[in-house]
Parts: sequence; C-alpha cells; structure tokens
Amino acid sequence: MQDYSEILGLAAGLVLSGDADLAEIVGLSLQVSLTATALACLIGLPLGALVATTRFPGRGAVLVTLNALMGLPPVVVGLFVYLHLSRAGPLGFLGLLYTPTAMIIAQTILITPIVAALSRQVLEDLHAEYSEQFRSFCLNKTQVIGAVLWDGRYALLTVALAGFGRAVAEVGAVMIVGGNIDHLTRVMTTAIALETSKGELALALALGIVLMVLALGVNAAVHGVRATAARQAYA
Amino acid sequence: MPDGIVLPFEGVADAPVAAAPLPLRVSKLRLEAGGQALIDGIDLALAPSGVTMVMGPNGAGKSLLLRLLHGLVPASSGEICWGGLPLDEVRGRQAMVFQKPVLLRRSVAANVDFVLKSRGARDDRRRDALLEHVGLLDRARQPARLLSGGEQQRLALARALATGPEVLFLDEPTASLDPASVGMIEDIVRAARASGTKIIFVSHDIGQARRLADDVVFLHGGRLAEHSRASRFFSSPLSEAAARYLDGGLLY
Repeated sequence: MQDYSEILGLAAGLVLSGDADLAEIVGLSLQVSLTATALACLIGLPLGALVATTRFPGRGAVLVTLNALMGLPPVVVGLFVYLHLSRAGPLGFLGLLYTPTAMIIAQTILITPIVAALSRQVLEDLHAEYSEQFRSFCLNKTQVIGAVLWDGRYALLTVALAGFGRAVAEVGAVMIVGGNIDHLTRVMTTAIALETSKGELALALALGIVLMVLALGVNAAVHGVRATAARQAYA
Repeated sequence: MPDGIVLPFEGVADAPVAAAPLPLRVSKLRLEAGGQALIDGIDLALAPSGVTMVMGPNGAGKSLLLRLLHGLVPASSGEICWGGLPLDEVRGRQAMVFQKPVLLRRSVAANVDFVLKSRGARDDRRRDALLEHVGLLDRARQPARLLSGGEQQRLALARALATGPEVLFLDEPTASLDPASVGMIEDIVRAARASGTKIIFVSHDIGQARRLADDVVFLHGGRLAEHSRASRFFSSPLSEAAARYLDGGLLY
C-alpha cells in the first residue's frame, strides 16, 4: 500500500503532465456525458415546459412519476438498456452494446427525468406569472412553451448542470452497457472503480481530482452566467 | 335608487366615430365562486368607441368584469357578445394592460417584438414607432425589468397597442404611479381613443375618471348600480351607491 501523500503526488503529476491515458478517459467522459445532457435537454426541457403550462386529467400522476424517475438507479437503467441492446434484445441488430453510443443512450435515459422534473418546477412558477398575459395575447401552446423556455433560460442552465452532474458521476449504467473497455468505453468513473480494485490508486485519485475540478468549474461557470443575468434583471 | 337596477345606456355624445365597430352587449352575466355571486346578473350595453370608466368600491367586481369581458375568466352563466360575435371570435381583436405590468425577461424592444411576432407581423419600424409613441425609444435596448414603474406600464401599453386592438382593457394602469407618469399614460389613452380604439378603463381615481371618461359603469357588490354619461354621473349620480362613493362615503 502506497503512502497517501505519495499517491497524491503521483496523481497531481499525472494531471499536470497531461498524461495521454488520463486525457483520453477524461475526453470520452466529457463526450458521453455532454452529449447525453444535450439529448436529455432536447427531450426533457420541452416535456417539462409542456407539463408546467398545461392542465390535464392525470397531471398529478405524471408529476409523481416524473419526480419518482429522478431517483432511477443507474444500474437498473444500465440493465434495461443492456437487455435492449444485447444480441438477443430487440435492438441487438444495431450492434451498439459496449460502444460510447450505448453509454450515451443509458445516461440520456437516466437524466431526462431529472431535466424534465426540475425544469417543470422552474417553469411552472414562471408560467404562473405570465399565464394571464399570455392568454390575453391569445398565444398558442407552442408560443407559450417557447416563451417560458426562453425567459427561463438562465434558471434552466442550473437544471442542465444538475443533469450533467448526475451523468458524469454515475458508474453503474456506463459500466454495464459500456463494459469499461480500454481505449473504447473507459470513462472516469469506471476507470476509478477499476484502478482502485487493482490497487493503482494514483491514476484513480488523479481521475478523482479531474472529476472534482470539472464539477467545480462547471458550477462556477453557471453561477457566473446566472449572476450576470441577475445583474441585467433577466433572472 | 337601490343597487342592481340597470339604467338604459345614454350614449356618448362627444365620442369619436369608431374605426371598427365592436359594440358590447352583456346579458345576465353571472360569476359564482364558493357559492357566492361575485358578478351578479349584469346587463350592459357599451358603444363601440370612447372611454368607458368602470368604477366602484373595493370588491365591487371591477377587475373581474374586465376579465370576463376579455375572456380571461369564464362566466358561470350569461352572454357576452361583441358586435354580434361571440367572445371567442373577437378575443384577438382585444388587448389588456394589467395593474401590475407583466413584462418578459427581455429587452424593451424584444417585449414589443414578441407580440408582433406572435401575430406574424414582426416589423422593426412599427416597433420603433410604438416605442417612440410611448416615449421609450431611447430605452429600446435596456432590460424591460430595469425600467421604472411608469415606464414599465408605458411599455405594457405599447405592447398592447402592437396588436392593433379595437378594444383596450386597462385595469388600474396608473395605480401607485407618480403624477408625471399618470399624465403620460393618460395622453397615450387619449391618443388610442382618438384613433377609434374602444377603451374600458378601471380606475379608483375620480379626477382621472373626470378627465378621461365618456361614460361610467358603476359597480357595487358585484351588481351594476349605474351606467351613465360621465357628465351626468359626476354632477348628479342616479344611484345612491354612486352618490355615496363620490362623496367618500363608500370605501375606495
């Protein structure tokens, strides 16, 4: 067992030297999680806006379901996607299992309910403020959804961030559908799990440091954007 | 005269000729909530032009009546008919400005653009003309929510006028504003009236009503107490409730 400070030194060295393996793993993590976040926003934001701006029978059940799906266990999502993409599954012919695409699909399924449920909460308040004026303007549903999505854009950045945070930090789904294959589907979380089990703590810790810095950096960026928006009275 | 008695509409002698006739007829209009009648059997006929001032003490149902006439609140019973057409067919020819302006989180210009675009009529020159009309052209690029209260209300008016309404509902648009802002808004209302837009204006300000009104609809307890020409209403109100209101005997 290596000394803790020695491991920390090795990890810092890997990060600072721009180690190729490390860069590859970080790059794939970002590619998979950012794509999944973009797809989840594409589906989840309009869905959240639709639920936020519409009253319909069974809306309460939809809200409960959306909120419950926020807590989807990643391994269950991984298993679900695995069953569909495996050779015997209905989508097995696509040959997507153990590819980054499969990981993107799994993470998209995992975080779309988060994006939809959180955006619903944000946009419902905004719509409550606007609804009478919008009815006075005789807007149709598409115009109403477009308007609340645009006017809530800075608040929705936080929603997207929450989705990205969940995607980039999960390990269960990408492990099952990606297989943690070196130079193909290895991302930060699966690599940390593997390197830790192998006792290669320096690389695991280096990846952990990168993950933390990424989380802090993204949070700081969103906070900066929101603060600017508030200064301009858009928030 | 007891409350709830409907007087015949006397006409508006000096009102301009309407560009687009949308006279209003309301019969037996009723709105109930929680077993209580908030609007109680109102019959009303309004001319297609001029400024109709809706007055009455707090809780009389003034704002509710405006929302009913604009279709924002569905009536429990009764009929609302604009120019012989049902409300649903004319809502797009009406606009409303609320007591507290609801502005989008965008620039001043983008707020007007939004309305023009929603009608499929995005036009920068028309937008600039509207902003100039309400004295906000030099603020076009500023965030709308950084404007003062009076400026925000003028922007709400510009946005309402952008739809080219034949009927403009104003729900206490000058409440809590400084005298200069009130004067500017009244000028905009006069200009809209002169261009043939029918104005239906809720106000607690008797001085403002005297300055602007062609006719006055006076509500009390959800009922129509009186509908008279403005000159007659202020000199010799026919209903006891209106007389008490003008004397300060009814709470504003």
